Amino acid sequence: MSNVNQKIAPDDLVISMQGVSKWFGAFQALNDINLSVKQGERIVICGPSGSGKSTLIRCLNRLEAHQKGKILIGGIEMHQKMKNIDKVRQDIGMVFQHFNLYPHMTVLENCMAGPNWVRGVSKSDAKDRAMAMLERVKIPEQADKYPSQLSGGQQQRVAIARSLCMQPKVMLFDEPTSALDPEMVAEVLETMVELAESGMTMICVTHEMGFARKVGDLVVFMDEGQIVERNNPTDFFENPQSDRTKLFLSQILSH
Amino acid sequence: MYADNVIGDKLIHKPKFILGLLAVAFLAFFTFNLAGTMFGEFLRPVIGEPKESGLYGRSAVALVLAVLFVGNLFLISFANIKVQVAIVWIELLLLFLAFFYSFNLKFSFIQSKIGFMITQGLFTTLYISAVSIAIASLIAIVGAVAKLSNNGFAYGIASFYTSLFRGLPLLMQVFLIYMGLPQIGYVIDAVPAGIIALSLCYGAYMTEIFRAGIQSVPRGQWEASRSQGFKFGLTMRRIILPQAIPLIIPPTGNQFIAMLKDSSLVSVIGVWELMFLARTLGQKEFRQMEMLITAAFIYWGMTMVLEVIQSRIEKHYRKKGQQ
Repeated sequence: MSNVNQKIAPDDLVISMQGVSKWFGAFQALNDINLSVKQGERIVICGPSGSGKSTLIRCLNRLEAHQKGKILIGGIEMHQKMKNIDKVRQDIGMVFQHFNLYPHMTVLENCMAGPNWVRGVSKSDAKDRAMAMLERVKIPEQADKYPSQLSGGQQQRVAIARSLCMQPKVMLFDEPTSALDPEMVAEVLETMVELAESGMTMICVTHEMGFARKVGDLVVFMDEGQIVERNNPTDFFENPQSDRTKLFLSQILSH
Repeated sequence: MYADNVIGDKLIHKPKFILGLLAVAFLAFFTFNLAGTMFGEFLRPVIGEPKESGLYGRSAVALVLAVLFVGNLFLISFANIKVQVAIVWIELLLLFLAFFYSFNLKFSFIQSKIGFMITQGLFTTLYISAVSIAIASLIAIVGAVAKLSNNGFAYGIASFYTSLFRGLPLLMQVFLIYMGLPQIGYVIDAVPAGIIALSLCYGAYMTEIFRAGIQSVPRGQWEASRSQGFKFGLTMRRIILPQAIPLIIPPTGNQFIAMLKDSSLVSVIGVWELMFLARTLGQKEFRQMEMLITAAFIYWGMTMVLEVIQSRIEKHYRKKGQQ
């Protein structure tokens, strides 16, 4: 796959956010966010609903626009007048809470579309790649079905495979298990753990603390648009610093 | 509609309801004095000369009709629903035919003209409508995208266009285009003028249909597509429109059926389509009614065929959507 456009420089620092703020009208969703992500790093972002964690991750591929500060992806600044947004987005995989598979296309077509349409990969190569990725998320036998015929967990794994087919430099997960039935959470997390262990750079917004503990290099806790606390998983869970974090952890871990 | 699983007694089997319905039917038939019509003619043995039968004749006709009507309802109520529908259709059709028959039509005249009405009139009507709906669909896609865009210029043009062409009667648009364009030095034939008028008018209505269809595709589809690096055009063509089209097709089918009949308005500028022939073919021999009725049946038949086709297409997309 040497013909793939490598728009993001193989720099050590994949993502850098410097003093990023964002407002929805008068409501401040992000307040002076500073965060850097290195190649191969796994970041878990957690926090109460409305704390701005989804907004943060959506700013990274500019599904949302920030109004202040600087976001650099592989050295390219994300701003309003950038010309190469589509090239940059091709290198950033995103997995959504509600999967957002293309319902009119089969699982295989969902996975082939990106490489074939915008990466310049031939149909047969795209198909081989799609099958390999479906193999990786353990549902190659569903390739010819339509998304609506799959369970939620299977759909989310297809969504992950679809992103992987683009061979992204970084993967963003926006609450990937929040819309799933409890018994399907495990299969998606398993896929994500496998991905993390393969060395993929990942930023995950999730409340799955077991996942954070297992694969996270850094846990970031947000509240009211600010990063309240950041630490390695062990210290974050065993020895939280701020009262807000302690309260949050006691609430989600007490059940 | 929601049909409950508990079935009560049929209303029509209750004596009180039957009597009430009889009274209402009697009053209705009595109000429109029907003694002077063919119904009165049928009852001549009972009421004598219909025109001189007075109140007696009027009530007798009304009573007979009311009994026939209610008795018919009562009998039909014992059949299953499919048979009921079939009987009602046949009865109404027979009444309709009897209505036409009473015009004292000359069928040989119809026979001599119907070939031309179909090869010239029906063909032109279908051809104008098909071309117009195709152009209108293109206009509608562009208009819908413009109306949904953030571009003030595009939105301005699109909203002015839909406002104007939805705001003027189609007949006026036909005149304005056919007689207005030559004023600025552009002489246009009747057929293209008709097609332009129909396309622009229906394009304006369909812009709103397409806009609603595109808007009903969830936002997440846009986000997934854009986050994969698909450009706007690619997203629209391969992701959004394929999902919007199954929603757009049923109302577009309705528009096409409506257009088929509104295409009769271009007869005013002399296009030889079905309506024009219906008005002109019978003129010389004072046989207008024959031609109008023939055209009416051709329009109706065409519409029924299209409705069947439309429901097939809808079914096809519904199946696809369930995959």
